[in-house]
Amino acid sequence: MTAEQIIFLIVAGVTLASALLVVTTRNLVHAALWLVATLFGVAIIYAILNAGFIAVVQVVVYIGAIAILFIFAVMLTRRELRDNTPQLNRNWWSGALVAVLTFAGLASLLSRWSGFSKTAAALPSGFDAVAELGNQLVSPDAFVLPFEVASVLLLAAMVGAVYVAFTRK
Amino acid sequence: MNFWNDPLKIAADWLTGIFVGWGMNDTAAHVLVAFLGVLILISILMVVDIFLVWIERKVVARFQDRIGPNRLGPFGLIQPFADIIKLMIKEDTTPDGADKVVYNLAPMLSMMSVLILWAVVPLAPVMLGVDLNAGALFIIAAGSIGTLSIIMAGWSSNNKFSVIGAFRQVAVMVSFEIPMLATLLIPTIFAGSMGMNAIIQGQDIWFVLLSPLAALIFLIAAIAELGRAPFDLAEGESELVSGYNIEYSGMKFGMFYAGELLHAFTFGGFWAIFFFGGYRFFGLEKVSPFLAIAIVLLKALVGYWIIMWVKYTVMRIRIDQMLAFNWKFLTPVAFVLVMVTALMNALLREASSGLYITGMILSNIIVGWVSLEIVRSMSRKERERVEGVKQVVEAHH
Repeated sequence: MTAEQIIFLIVAGVTLASALLVVTTRNLVHAALWLVATLFGVAIIYAILNAGFIAVVQVVVYIGAIAILFIFAVMLTRRELRDNTPQLNRNWWSGALVAVLTFAGLASLLSRWSGFSKTAAALPSGFDAVAELGNQLVSPDAFVLPFEVASVLLLAAMVGAVYVAFTRK
Repeated sequence: MNFWNDPLKIAADWLTGIFVGWGMNDTAAHVLVAFLGVLILISILMVVDIFLVWIERKVVARFQDRIGPNRLGPFGLIQPFADIIKLMIKEDTTPDGADKVVYNLAPMLSMMSVLILWAVVPLAPVMLGVDLNAGALFIIAAGSIGTLSIIMAGWSSNNKFSVIGAFRQVAVMVSFEIPMLATLLIPTIFAGSMGMNAIIQGQDIWFVLLSPLAALIFLIAAIAELGRAPFDLAEGESELVSGYNIEYSGMKFGMFYAGELLHAFTFGGFWAIFFFGGYRFFGLEKVSPFLAIAIVLLKALVGYWIIMWVKYTVMRIRIDQMLAFNWKFLTPVAFVLVMVTALMNALLREASSGLYITGMILSNIIVGWVSLEIVRSMSRKERERVEGVKQVVEAHH
């Protein structure tokens, strides 16, 4: 096993464990903090995959904005930060079944892919991933349309949020 | 290649050679040397931090017409060491009902969010931790860890004042991240890269001369991000004591305090790197890497001094004023400036450098002037409205 694989296994284990704790912890602020740990783990996996830019964006957007908003919302809406209701309902087994089936389906699909057991080739030296990403996002024969559509969607969401929060004089 | 041209690499190669000679694995030796490098950098930073306390106290004393620490050692230089010994031997208290793990984790994360910034600071052309191609964004990411540490500290202390202080501070930090991110795009446009070293190498003309407005907005956003006056409203003594860190004592409080000072110094350094040429100074950086380090540290100190100058001159402002200032003025101006700069850059890229500089400065002046005019007319309307209300109320009585 290479050092990279060992690091990946450790990070993946920690990420999964903290993701499990997000849904099992009864204290809601702790759940939000475990979510932060999970998101950190995902950022580290991006960094292992040579996607430094995506890793940094993951930290900025998910931890710097979304997780902080979660914590804010939890503190502002709940008087008691503990959840006393039972954590599972009667249908827990069907949810588990769907999760196991999804995992099995994805795993069997991926195992048939030709690159499944290969290690990734090293990037050529001087390869600027950020510049490449930027070019792909704005070039007409690549991803400019999905990029613009996503921007318009986010703008619409923002306008909607402002409209909901706006008080008429 | 000799030691004086690339000291870091020579020292690292020498150490790796020794470790391999001891029968160590090649990869393990590299990891160990990198770890030692990080350890040395952090130790130096912590020692610098101790002297920053002294610098801060001396400078504030001069601003307030006092002398400052002057009893222990020459110019009171030993005073910070005495302060640290005092902090160390203070009782380490934990409030009742505190969330112990989160409570103890918060000061560490706060210090970490500052130290992690130095991973991307280029001290000399050949001396930097990592030349990340998303360097400018990395600063914001590290800042969001700092934000997290503050809300953790405020919530876990089980104290209402500290929660309110944390809320205020986090509101400031989250909102001022946006103009900061926008202004960081402007050096990126000029240099064509987000990497710190590329941004410095691109500054044949300091970027402050190309975009003085961006430098100013970055400084304002940095001061807000640091939570220093005039944006230090987490620390309203008369209303909520000292903000999110009320319940911390001893060295845990020291971690927050030292983190804040080092953060200010670091942002002085980033200001220098993005807008004042970093380690470049009329070709002096090519003479020796040690000279380059001296240049960048000196520039960082000047930036730190300006941040202190603002802190001890300007009064604290109210939170609604500050958030309105950010969302209704700074953020739109920063975004408009980014768009104008990108447009001008696309138009003038092929032009001569004289025309390029003139165009950039002119567009900066126009953006600044137009936004100030808009704000002036809006404030005039607001004042008239308030006057009208006052007259109505007076007529009523």
